[in-house]
Amino acid sequence: MGQPKIDTSPKVSDEIRKTTCYMCACRCGINVHLTSGKVSYIEGNRDHPVNKGVLCAKGASGIMQVTAPSRLQTPLRRVGPRGSGAFEPISWDAALDLAVSWMKPLRETAPEKLAFFTGRDQSQSLTGWWAQAFGTPNYAAHGGFCSVNMAAAGIYTIGGAFWEFGQPDWKHTNLFVLFGVAEDHDSNPIKIGIGKLKARGGKVIGINPIRTGYNAVADDWYGITPGTDGLLVLSLIHCLMEAGKIDLDYLSRWTNAPLLVNGAEGPEKGLILKNAESQPFVIDRRTGMPAPWDGQGVQPDLGAVWQGHRTVFQHMAERYLSDEYRPEAVADRCGIPAARIRGLAAELARAAFDQAFTLPITWTDFRGDTHDQMQGRPVSFHAMRGISAHSNGFQTARALHLLQIVLGAVEVPGGYRLKPPYPKPVEAHPTPHFVTAPGKPLSGPHLGYVRGPENLALKEDGTPWRIDKAFTWENPFSAHGMMHMVIPNAHAGDPYRIDTLFLYMANMAWNSSMNTTKVMEMLTDKGPDGEYIIPRIIYSDAYASEMVAYADLILPDTTYLERHDCISLLDRPISEPDAAGDSIRWPVVEADRDVRGFQSVLLDLGARLGLPGMVNPDGSAKFKDYADYIVNHQRRPGVGPLIGWRGDGTKTGRGEPNPDQLARYIENGGFHQAHVPEEASYMKPWNAAYQEWAVATSFFETPQPYLFNIWSEPMRRFQLAAEGQGFIQPPDHLRERLKVAMDPLPVWYPAYGEDGAEEYPVHALTQRPMDMYHSWGSQNAWLRQIRGKNFLYLPTKIWTAAGFVDGDYARVSSPHGEITVPVAHMAALNADTVWTWNAIGKRKGAWALDEGAPEAKEGFLLNHLISELLPARGDGRRWSNSDPVTGQAAWFDLRVRIERVGPQEKAQPQFDTLPRVVPKGEGR
Amino acid sequence: MKPAPSVILFSTLSGLGFGFLALLGLGLIAVQGWPAFFHWAFGYALAVGGLLASTFHLGHPERAWRAFSQWRSSWLSREGVAAVATLLILAPQALSDWLGFGWGQGFGLVGALGCGATVLCTAMIYAQLKTVPRWHHWSVPATYLGFSLTGGLILAGAGLWASVAALGLGLLLAYGWRVGDGAFARAGVDLASATGLSGLGRPQVFEQPHTGGNYLMREMIYVVGRRHATKLRVIALIFAAGIPALSAALLPVLPALILGGASHLLGAMAQRWLFFAEAEHVVGLYYGKAASSL
Amino acid sequence: MTCLPAKTDKKLGLVIDLDTCVGCQACVTACKGWNDQGYGAALSDQDPYGADPSGTFLNRVHSYQVTPHDGGTAKIVNFPRSCLHCEDAPCVTVCPTGASYKRTEDGIVLVNEDACIGCGLCAWACPYGAREMDDEAQVMKKCTLCVDRIYNENLPEEDREPACVRTCPTGARHFGDFADPDSTVSKLTRDRGGVPLMPQLGTKPVNRYLPPRPKDRPEEASLLAPLLDIKAQGFAGWLDRMLGKLE
Ligand SMILES: Nc1nc2c(c(=O)[nH]1)N[C@H]1C(S)=C(S)[C@@H](COP(=O)(O)OP(=O)(O)OC[C@H]3O[C@@H](n4cnc5c(=O)[nH]c(N)nc54)[C@H](O)[C@@H]3O)O[C@H]1N2
Ligand SMILES: Nc1nc2c(c(=O)[nH]1)N[C@H]1C(S)=C(S)[C@@H](COP(=O)(O)OP(=O)(O)OC[C@H]3O[C@@H](n4cnc5c(=O)[nH]c(N)nc54)[C@H](O)[C@@H]3O)O[C@H]1N2
Ligand code: SF4
Ligand code: SF4
Ligand code: SF4
Ligand code: SF4
Ligand code: SF4
Ligand SMILES: [Mo]
Repeated sequence: MGQPKIDTSPKVSDEIRKTTCYMCACRCGINVHLTSGKVSYIEGNRDHPVNKGVLCAKGASGIMQVTAPSRLQTPLRRVGPRGSGAFEPISWDAALDLAVSWMKPLRETAPEKLAFFTGRDQSQSLTGWWAQAFGTPNYAAHGGFCSVNMAAAGIYTIGGAFWEFGQPDWKHTNLFVLFGVAEDHDSNPIKIGIGKLKARGGKVIGINPIRTGYNAVADDWYGITPGTDGLLVLSLIHCLMEAGKIDLDYLSRWTNAPLLVNGAEGPEKGLILKNAESQPFVIDRRTGMPAPWDGQGVQPDLGAVWQGHRTVFQHMAERYLSDEYRPEAVADRCGIPAARIRGLAAELARAAFDQAFTLPITWTDFRGDTHDQMQGRPVSFHAMRGISAHSNGFQTARALHLLQIVLGAVEVPGGYRLKPPYPKPVEAHPTPHFVTAPGKPLSGPHLGYVRGPENLALKEDGTPWRIDKAFTWENPFSAHGMMHMVIPNAHAGDPYRIDTLFLYMANMAWNSSMNTTKVMEMLTDKGPDGEYIIPRIIYSDAYASEMVAYADLILPDTTYLERHDCISLLDRPISEPDAAGDSIRWPVVEADRDVRGFQSVLLDLGARLGLPGMVNPDGSAKFKDYADYIVNHQRRPGVGPLIGWRGDGTKTGRGEPNPDQLARYIENGGFHQAHVPEEASYMKPWNAAYQEWAVATSFFETPQPYLFNIWSEPMRRFQLAAEGQGFIQPPDHLRERLKVAMDPLPVWYPAYGEDGAEEYPVHALTQRPMDMYHSWGSQNAWLRQIRGKNFLYLPTKIWTAAGFVDGDYARVSSPHGEITVPVAHMAALNADTVWTWNAIGKRKGAWALDEGAPEAKEGFLLNHLISELLPARGDGRRWSNSDPVTGQAAWFDLRVRIERVGPQEKAQPQFDTLPRVVPKGEGR
Repeated sequence: MKPAPSVILFSTLSGLGFGFLALLGLGLIAVQGWPAFFHWAFGYALAVGGLLASTFHLGHPERAWRAFSQWRSSWLSREGVAAVATLLILAPQALSDWLGFGWGQGFGLVGALGCGATVLCTAMIYAQLKTVPRWHHWSVPATYLGFSLTGGLILAGAGLWASVAALGLGLLLAYGWRVGDGAFARAGVDLASATGLSGLGRPQVFEQPHTGGNYLMREMIYVVGRRHATKLRVIALIFAAGIPALSAALLPVLPALILGGASHLLGAMAQRWLFFAEAEHVVGLYYGKAASSL
Repeated sequence: MTCLPAKTDKKLGLVIDLDTCVGCQACVTACKGWNDQGYGAALSDQDPYGADPSGTFLNRVHSYQVTPHDGGTAKIVNFPRSCLHCEDAPCVTVCPTGASYKRTEDGIVLVNEDACIGCGLCAWACPYGAREMDDEAQVMKKCTLCVDRIYNENLPEEDREPACVRTCPTGARHFGDFADPDSTVSKLTRDRGGVPLMPQLGTKPVNRYLPPRPKDRPEEASLLAPLLDIKAQGFAGWLDRMLGKLE
């Protein structure tokens, strides 16, 4: 018998359709193979700028997402008590009529009574615009509990953030330092980058209490104690300054280090000193005299003292050179020996200065000075929620940006580069809008960047305009809103009661909430009048999530392969440092259920409500559906959701709507890129060529060059108010905290979780698994085999001290609650930290899974231990468990105590089985 | 390894059957006429029944015929070929014994060799596997042959011969367990060599690749507790060797045959269950499971 | 067929870089996705939405923690495991039906599913757990090295590589011909000291694993000398020295 003949060239599929993945915000390009009209295989699109062909575990198993038995089938209206699962299927017309009958009276009388919050929304430029047209101040997406610290600290400091808004110059960087990242939104690019860097012999350093994933491949690992990164970073700055290893030229030209800080007592103290034209100025080293900050040829003097006012640089040097930042002073707190801290500083200096290089790119800066090369500093950083999900996260993120700045490593070759439309200074962002008037749209976008107390969303009586209390003294820079506070506040009627809670893709009855158990109660609580305290809940989900049971009206969405979507430069695009990019999704298969794309539904609702921009003068709907909107909507004349193939198809960025636009996107694999000219590729905030290109490509109306803000004036304005200056004053109980938190120079203070944590000595964290997406990975038959239950990982110290053995459970208590969960041992872990994978635990009956599913039986959430409010303080007040600057949820401040309880059958708490809205899944 | 009932049945019954057939073939059980018919039928039933049982664990029994093709390299294939050939070769002998053809003992002698070869092949299916160090040892074929011979003698009512064989088997078993217990360690494979990480330090499992189950874990990572194993060894020893040895020596033929035979079969099954359950496959190393039970 | 070819023209296989694998499991589902609709029977799943889900995968990624012998910092190593396409593949020789075979042209070890009786012996013979019996099709499944991709003329040239290699975001998986000393896989194996797994068992695996590079090396004395003693010279002295560097 010979070797069998096999067909090595089988036909792969009938057709490939190229669209965009959806299982995370990375938004990779995918080739969807169709066989006999069905999805048969999904692979990465090699031409796509984000993923260049690769896909992660979720993307590559997208087929299981599209066939999941948990997919909702039809609109549903609640008929029994809330949470009972008694729903009746209704038609779309009936569903939309019902929604309109609830919303219309609100718009005409009290638009704020509609709260519209959208979770991990990839269409915020539409949903925000819709909410603005409706006129409610109560709109935001999930950023407030996700990583607003990271976003805001970045914008206020360098005009751009980490997340996926920038990336290391992978081609040139030699040293990549990663703070507090397990996966992030830029997941595939980070993996591609790390792979390439390592292949080139570059070095990766991981700073993380836990050594998995990226940190596992890191050449060097610093298992820092949670919440102390700010201290570590400032200590690194101390070492670098002490040794003179800082980029003075960079500091003097591109940052506000040479600006003068008003030293005179009074209402201006600590603000940047301005000249008669209200312009900041510098002292020119050539003349010793004041000179415009943006004057041609000016050489700003970092060491200047002018009429008693000292430069930002002097303030900064004085602070960070002080003894409190010596490695020896911070080592114990950070859990990293002083010698290792000094070593790390030396390594940064070696990369930035000893390995410095130049690129022969001629460019002109905003002052008009021409340079014949670009200075490269091959050291780059990335950070995410490990930094930002602490109550000192904003300042820590600022500290990290300062570290990059003193190394001269932002927007330079080899350093950290922003992706268009960033860099973008605070000044180019809107301020928040919140003033409502019945029947009227809001005067501008909800979310923005506060410059001073005058921008706070406070009514004359000092009460918040917004249900989530964003932009108040408790969290002045809450630039993404505070979705995690909506349900608790609405339930407490503080600041007021609402009527309809309209949610889109946010699993608020499970892992998007702190204090999950209580939130589920809040959703079903009734007042003395027998009515629900939150009277109406409309929810759009695509799947049978935990949240679905708590809605009164369900608007079932399609899956990602069945609808149009737009990944827009008005929102969170798919740019690269070298190119602005946007993309679409389109229905590569048709939905086989009575479901509709949420964005189309929202536009339909808008038309039925007669919202401005969504209806024609005759009252008819302006847009047929979302696809029509994507093509024809104009935010400003000539500027729409997509920048590619505008006008007659040759225009990029600006141009009239092109009816052929979506076809051109599809032809191009679903995306468009506008390349940054070579001379504009680095130094973007100061690069005249970049600024011109940005205007041409529609990001700005005029060039917006700016200096990096080492000293933050908006922060100082709040500090001044806390010191009693100015007309708008904070409540007394917040003064001390504002003075510390709103320090205009990066500082570190212990995370609030430390308060009252004596009995809870252990830090408890979560990490995203690379192969799961929050709540919805578990409905994927392949992924749930990989990770169908989670363990609490205990460090060797705790494991051995309490005599844990494999198979044990532990009782884990926090100041807020108690859970009992399976444990496992991990050696490569900070000795005072325990952790688990995020959101593996599921509620029984959700996601079309069996009641006995391991996700529900052994899987668990840490959220039960986390409260949205901290324990009462001395004055009886309870601070919210969030960053005092931005209101970012401080998920990672959690402190716990661990006790061994031996083997158990299942994790605790267990909840009743959720009523099913779709049948339990059987075969695949 | 997972102790599959079909495989336990197969190897115990067919081993017993071939042992018995071998004695018939050798003419050591001198029977003629209808008694011969029943003896041969009994031997055939055991051997064929065992073989049939073995097909129950096949995914595609309808393709079982293909298993005869690879005798050049595969012990499993050889076993099949040997079994069928042996059963065929013994047939004339059986007929002759039953119907009194008087064809001499030629077929029987060759067939008896075939019986030994078949049992050896069966044993070699396991003994050839380097992946299961406990099995990869001469004592495994010796034990299989020992069971076959002892079982055959007991069923033949061979009195003292059976006692001696049973005692020998007992010793062999004890020896097998003794060397078996150190086999995994002697094989010199551990997680470090399985992963190539020995240069780095001592590896331990951090996370299993899947929290869900899989074929490997069900089939090859069967962990039997040490105390449980010891108990079963004692049971196997007593039932497979002890009781038959005593009964063959002390009891009259028929009671000895019934009691000793039943006890021996029970003991053989216990031994065989343990043979699988105790055997650690090196793949268990990847799951942190191998060598942890003993 | 069950006898191994004396020699194969090529030795195709994978190099897996344990220094870069982040354990993302992308190769696991990419492999499942491709092979679920490719060569032979689909890779079935049992109880996919139930209490005890389980299915056939041809590639699984383990995660180990390694404690250095000198007691230094513990490390995590992610470890993908699939068929190593052994030169002396015991899985082939034990197969009674000839369903398992090693291709003479490229050394790929395959199962002819039409001839497989599902006896499971090959899986017993494989030290690496590279074979899984599909519970639904009841035939033995294993990594095919994507034999239906690497020569597939219906795929663009650049896509003629295994699905797991194509998808690996970090580039930790490399595919090539180990018989060619100039191939990437041969070079990587030489340069990075690629190791075979469990060589003592004599299977002569083709695939190689690149061990993690040394990590957490103790930092040599800090190169950062303070500019001057700030305590003694004061902040003004530091500022002078510092800004003096600007010229
Ligand atoms: N303990 C702890 N808790 C955390 C965190 C943590 O680190 N630790 N992280 C927090 C953070 S940053 C986040 S972002 C949240 C995320 O937590 P989740 O709210 O669970 O986020 P998602 O997974 O985005 O799921 C939201 C809902 O969107 C639905 N959905 C999926 N696809 C679609 C679709 O196409 N259309 C519609 N309409 N709905 C869809 C899903 O079914 C799900 O019900 O978790 C937060 N919770
Ligand atoms: N696969 C997958 N990808 C995702 C998601 C997902 O669910 N699955 N979710 C997406 C979303 S919504 C978000 S917000 C991003 C978040 O992406 P990440 O920022 O990577 O978020 P986490 O997984 O929460 O990881 C936080 C990391 O910070 C570490 N950490 C915690 N506290 C500290 C500390 O004090 N200091 C330091 N240095 N480290 C600390 C933790 O150990 C952990 O490694 O991921 C996105 N990408
Ligand atoms: S990283 Fe994964 S889930 Fe996210 S978009 Fe890319 S392929 Fe999809
Ligand atoms: S790895 Fe296992 S299945 Fe693959 S060739 Fe080697 S022995 Fe056979
Ligand atoms: S399971 Fe199939 S491939 Fe494996 S040895 Fe048996 S017949 Fe051969
Ligand atoms: S080569 Fe193909 S079959 Fe083998 S592990 Fe990779 S994807 Fe799976
Ligand atoms: S895809 Fe690559 S990085 Fe991810 S687990 Fe597989 S080999 Fe490792
Ligand atoms: Mo998030």
